[in-house]
Amino acid sequence: MDLFKKTAFELHNLLKEKSVSAEEICKSVFSKINEVEDKVKSYVTLTEDLALKKAKEVDEKIKNDEEISPLSGIPIAIKDNMCTKGILTTCSSKILSNYIPIYSSTVVERLFEQDVVMVGKTNMDEFAMGSSTENSSFGPTRNPVDLGRVPGGSSGGSAAAVAADEAIIALGSDTGGSIRQPAALCGVVGMKPTYGLVSRYGLVAFASSLDQIGPITKDVTDCAILLNHIVGYDSKDSTSIKTEAPDYTKALVNNVKGLRIGVPKELMAEGIQPEVKSAVENALKVLSEAGACVEETTLPHSDYALSAYYIIAPAEASSNLARFDGVRYGYRTKESDDIIEMYKKTRSEGFGKEVKRRIMLGTYALSAGYYEAYYGQAQKIRTLIIDDFNKAFEKFDVLIFPTSPTVAFKIGERVSDPLQMYLSDVCTIPVNLAGLPGISIPCGKADNLPIGLQIIGKSLNEETILKVAYTFEQNFSLKA
Amino acid sequence: MSISKKDVEHIAMLARLHLDEEEKEVYAKELSQILEHAAKISGLDTKDVSPTSHAIPIRNVMREDVITSSIPRDDALLNAPDKENDAFVVPKIV
Repeated sequence: MDLFKKTAFELHNLLKEKSVSAEEICKSVFSKINEVEDKVKSYVTLTEDLALKKAKEVDEKIKNDEEISPLSGIPIAIKDNMCTKGILTTCSSKILSNYIPIYSSTVVERLFEQDVVMVGKTNMDEFAMGSSTENSSFGPTRNPVDLGRVPGGSSGGSAAAVAADEAIIALGSDTGGSIRQPAALCGVVGMKPTYGLVSRYGLVAFASSLDQIGPITKDVTDCAILLNHIVGYDSKDSTSIKTEAPDYTKALVNNVKGLRIGVPKELMAEGIQPEVKSAVENALKVLSEAGACVEETTLPHSDYALSAYYIIAPAEASSNLARFDGVRYGYRTKESDDIIEMYKKTRSEGFGKEVKRRIMLGTYALSAGYYEAYYGQAQKIRTLIIDDFNKAFEKFDVLIFPTSPTVAFKIGERVSDPLQMYLSDVCTIPVNLAGLPGISIPCGKADNLPIGLQIIGKSLNEETILKVAYTFEQNFSLKA
Repeated sequence: MSISKKDVEHIAMLARLHLDEEEKEVYAKELSQILEHAAKISGLDTKDVSPTSHAIPIRNVMREDVITSSIPRDDALLNAPDKENDAFVVPKIV
């Protein structure tokens, strides 16, 4: 039985029935890893011994008729920017290539309490800066659908691992689209929850006002299950929201009757690949046939979102990454005469090209004389973008548009042109600036390459977007 | 907006990065391009708009003023590139 193909929901039922063991599931996933990993390269670190040990513990609990959680014994891949106590956490950067955290991130701790089986830590763009997983110090991850193409990024390793059946579920992080865009490009489901819903404690910071952890899964049901176990208030994260989280699996109903869907014209305009646009239009038809009301709407400042983001995110990053100084952890240059030289050489040798580019950009935007013109203005545009969403949500329950303007591009195609690479995030960035929840689900293919449908909800309205995503999934067959 | 090699040197100093001559040229060109694109935002009238630093209405977050355990010294030093006598070792400062 090819257990690696199954979802967490299916495997949980098999475990409960005692028709398979957690050890068999774990071994099945590792057999798949052995088969495809040298081609796909989803992982930075594999934790097979630990995984097998954990799986056996779960089997022991099942044998003793102990209650198990929906995630017990489920193989999961964790993006390598989430701290795992005693296990290498690199952020795919040379500067953290030897970093072994002394604590676990809150999400990882919560999942370990549910007895998940961690398969390994996944590859990413260094410090989550990128849209293709090519900016990794350990080499690129490849798209399992077409090995000549990128898996998207920055959570490309997590998305590729799920798409290639090298993990059943995964965690990614999303600052400007880093969960949704790779999910779209690899043909899987990826959700960025509302900013503040999932604790960021132990997530290596990139742009703190935008970063959010979320699930990458094979279907919408698994997305809801994984979300259930990562949300919740955490006093260790000062931006954590105090809210009573619902059971998200209750939102998995096939019903969008009377639901109002807005389609922002600015995000369906030029720059969107024609096949992507028509797949999204087709998806809207499916939802409309299921009873939803679809109407065009507007987000007038969308055009400014990318520019504002590429000031705000690098500015926050340049400040966050100041901590990498070769003193307390991470890489330190071999020889230096004084401390300033040590800082400079450590950082220049330890950071990759894109990270240095963004540190430079952010430092400039925050420097004396330019702060108001760049950072101050970008923060004001952020207000305008939030207002746009608020207005649209007066009339609509969800907004729908493409996740990525194009399907997966070729490896190497955009590395030499940073602006072209930044444009990959044009449809996902406004959502981060507004802190809203969004999900990407597969909605078709162009030349066999997956296309992602993006569904955005009001703040803390994950249930509505899950309901729409689930309804679409039930009423649409990719094979058709 | 054009960034000169001299600007790049100044930013690199602020960011504690060492750049070689070739990198300085490349960054001057790339940063100019990116900032030219970003300059789009300066055209928008935002006189009456207040800035947003993050999307949720949270201000100061206070915790109870009680003593809790902190990281054991040995753990804190586990990842140190260089250490001696329970301290981080760094090159000469003065």
